[in-house]
Amino acid sequence: MAANFSWIRAEPHGIHVVPADCWIDPSEAVERALVTHGHADHARGGHGKTIATPATLAIMDLRYQTREGAVPVGYGETISLPGGVDATYIPAGHVLGSAQILLEHAGERVIVTGDYKRRPDPTCPPFEVTPCDVFITEATFGLPVFCHPPVEQEVGKLLKALRDHPDRCVLVGAYALGKAQRLIAEVRAAGHHDPIYLHGAMERMCRLYEEFGVGLGELRLVSDHTKDDLRGSLVVCPPAALNDRWSRRLPDPITAMASGWMRVRQRARQRNVELPLVISDHADWGELTRTIAEVDPAETWITHGREEALLRWCQLHQRRARALALVGYEDEDD
Amino acid sequence: MEEFATLVDALIYTRSRNEKLRLIAEYLRQTPDPDRGWALAALTEGLSFAAVKPSTIRNLMMERVDPVLWALSRDFVGDTAETASLLWPELIGETGAPPSVSEAVERLGAMTRVSVLSELPRLLDRLDADGRFALIKLATGGMRVGVSARLAKTAFAQAFDVAVEEVEEYWHGLAAPYPELFAWAAEGADPPDTENLPLFRPFMLAHPLDETVVDLKDYVAEWKWDGIRVQLVHAGGETRVFSRTGDDISGSFPEMAGALTIPAVLDGELLVQGSHQGGEAGGAASFNALQQRLGRKTVSGKMLADYPAFVRLYDLLILEGEDLRALPWTERRARLEALMPRLPADRFDLSAVVDADHFEHLAEIRMGARDEAIEGLMLKRRDSPYVAGRKTGLWYKWKRDPLLVDCVLMYAQRGSGKRSSFYSDYTFGCWDGDPEQGAELLPVGKAYFGFTDEELKQLDRYVRNHTVNRFGPVRETDKSLVFEVAFDSVHASKRHKSGLAMRFPRISRIRWDKPAEEADRIEALQALIRD
Ligand SMILES: [Zn+2]
Ligand SMILES: [Zn+2]
Repeated sequence: MAANFSWIRAEPHGIHVVPADCWIDPSEAVERALVTHGHADHARGGHGKTIATPATLAIMDLRYQTREGAVPVGYGETISLPGGVDATYIPAGHVLGSAQILLEHAGERVIVTGDYKRRPDPTCPPFEVTPCDVFITEATFGLPVFCHPPVEQEVGKLLKALRDHPDRCVLVGAYALGKAQRLIAEVRAAGHHDPIYLHGAMERMCRLYEEFGVGLGELRLVSDHTKDDLRGSLVVCPPAALNDRWSRRLPDPITAMASGWMRVRQRARQRNVELPLVISDHADWGELTRTIAEVDPAETWITHGREEALLRWCQLHQRRARALALVGYEDEDD
Repeated sequence: MEEFATLVDALIYTRSRNEKLRLIAEYLRQTPDPDRGWALAALTEGLSFAAVKPSTIRNLMMERVDPVLWALSRDFVGDTAETASLLWPELIGETGAPPSVSEAVERLGAMTRVSVLSELPRLLDRLDADGRFALIKLATGGMRVGVSARLAKTAFAQAFDVAVEEVEEYWHGLAAPYPELFAWAAEGADPPDTENLPLFRPFMLAHPLDETVVDLKDYVAEWKWDGIRVQLVHAGGETRVFSRTGDDISGSFPEMAGALTIPAVLDGELLVQGSHQGGEAGGAASFNALQQRLGRKTVSGKMLADYPAFVRLYDLLILEGEDLRALPWTERRARLEALMPRLPADRFDLSAVVDADHFEHLAEIRMGARDEAIEGLMLKRRDSPYVAGRKTGLWYKWKRDPLLVDCVLMYAQRGSGKRSSFYSDYTFGCWDGDPEQGAELLPVGKAYFGFTDEELKQLDRYVRNHTVNRFGPVRETDKSLVFEVAFDSVHASKRHKSGLAMRFPRISRIRWDKPAEEADRIEALQALIRD
């Protein structure tokens, strides 16, 4: 190996870009942070400077009210950092504003994917395959059992449940940033134009998506309506509200959840889910391995999930790889 | 197979009993013979195929998947069939239409230990992941989708609008895929011929006596024994032992299956010989001794010698082709007494009638019953016919008063179905010493009933406001609330840290007023052990 990439280090609380003294998705407040996307395990408040896409900055502002020190970088744009490091933000296809970050220094190219997926998503531009020397990939669904079915199939199940139970409602637990809006957009694309009812905690994020040009159709708040209004309707709430007291106001809800974890029956049962919808904003096993093959880096660093299996796959395919042990990342309800 | 796979998944995710009934009934109505019969058998008893073992599935996967990736996946998923269904490499191109349930059953039945390695893959290739899951579960004989035989029979009755008692009556003794049963229920053919089949007859059951006072001129009293209620059937040269739910447990009690050689249907209590449960009609061991014998597929000679079973008879339903069920109890009892000398004395005795002059006298006798470790009394109308299920006014059970103990609420868990938004399952404990001296609470039991809906709401609120820790669906409370817990008996148990296991605990009262330090100690429970 000519390159040893000593300028980029995996530390327990984030990836440190040494010459620029900045951190990627740090789990602690730092002077200068490069943030891939707005999910809480990647974006934290309190940094001196936060360098991210305009949509990610807007999401962080909504969550942490941190307008100060925001440095916007558009997709395809490059920002020069101290110490001769260039950072380019490239679409990751994960959620609104999500980006891979390409770092260039001394002729070496390193990509940090953040979270990503390869399937089409009406709420954000698709992942772009970009050549690099080191590819630092997520591995949330890094087990060969994970194969997300086509989203149309899962949305079909959801709409069928709505049709079959006009006196009930279908309550879908979906992560408030990204999953909820994608689900709504996919439901719209499938021709369902009735009002969709929201848990109060989802409203502002949906509005933000709309401000960024993602149409979600007519949305209403559950709290403004009676039980009878909700019969036959689709209701979306954060996963934590699924079995909470909040759901008692709904008309005999069919409990659904949109998440890649729903692929495994025991996971769905643990959450009392009656209608599991395998919809994920992360790459499944096939997408992860295909992406590594397409990017074809000299080295693959694996983080954020089930590193072991992907590491094994790299080994079996004669690819240099290592697992990074970063703290602060957890399974999102995703 | 796809419809069956859809049904299996729907049953896995559905918690409501009514919804399960609806799903099964709809499947049975819409699916042709013999698929629906095989599906029914797979859901209830489980089909078994000699050539397919859980290790077969593993071996097939080892030829197709890296062993490390298999192990990591199996660990995460927690179920071999599911992991295999997800990891099975899908073929590109034409694989053939999915097999029907009966085609799958037929092919699986014809496979040998050798041919299974090439033929099972060909079936799996024709299915998607959910189909593969259902097929592997069916082939390895354990669906585990929360469908009891009783639930399936109720669904069958609901599907074709027939009486569940009749379904129960015909079901047993018929073999999958039950063509006679479907012909009768779905197509209106004659009911299956049951005369020469060792069929289960639905049990007659009792209501709790509660506040009712009966006149002993009209009612006779019998002990209610602490064993398991069984029905022995001899017909067509075969003998079967059935449990309360109609499950065939002959294999667990071969000595009983061999003891009845007269064509008859008998109702009684299965017990293990011993000295613990006295009574005039000989001794029986404790329920714990009987438990040694339950749930065993094969029974060793030592088991048979150490824990010999016998049946204490309550009733006689059918004798040598004559159905006695419509006769009054007194006449059936006389026929049963007359039959006793023809039965082997080491395997059968008669449940004695309890003589009492009047109701108060009987109450006194019952109070003394605790020491004899029997469950209580049965009161049977002297003129009662033997009818399936619980008919008001015919039979009563009069359990001895429950034992009571004050426990402290430790953990609460969300319920299921309608209760899934409530913390409705409670684990409670007793002190392992003096709470003033730093004693700790040890869990002694778990209960999820005994309170009203209003109390459930109060408890739910209480749990939410007194949580100190959360583990998934479980909350640990600050251990400040006392329950008066009622239970039938308590036994020594190595499985629990407290060394105790309660039988049938339920919340008898919520003691909002009582300080937790005044709850009972483990010693109080230990003193009640009667093994
Ligand atoms: Zn994310
Ligand atoms: Zn993440």
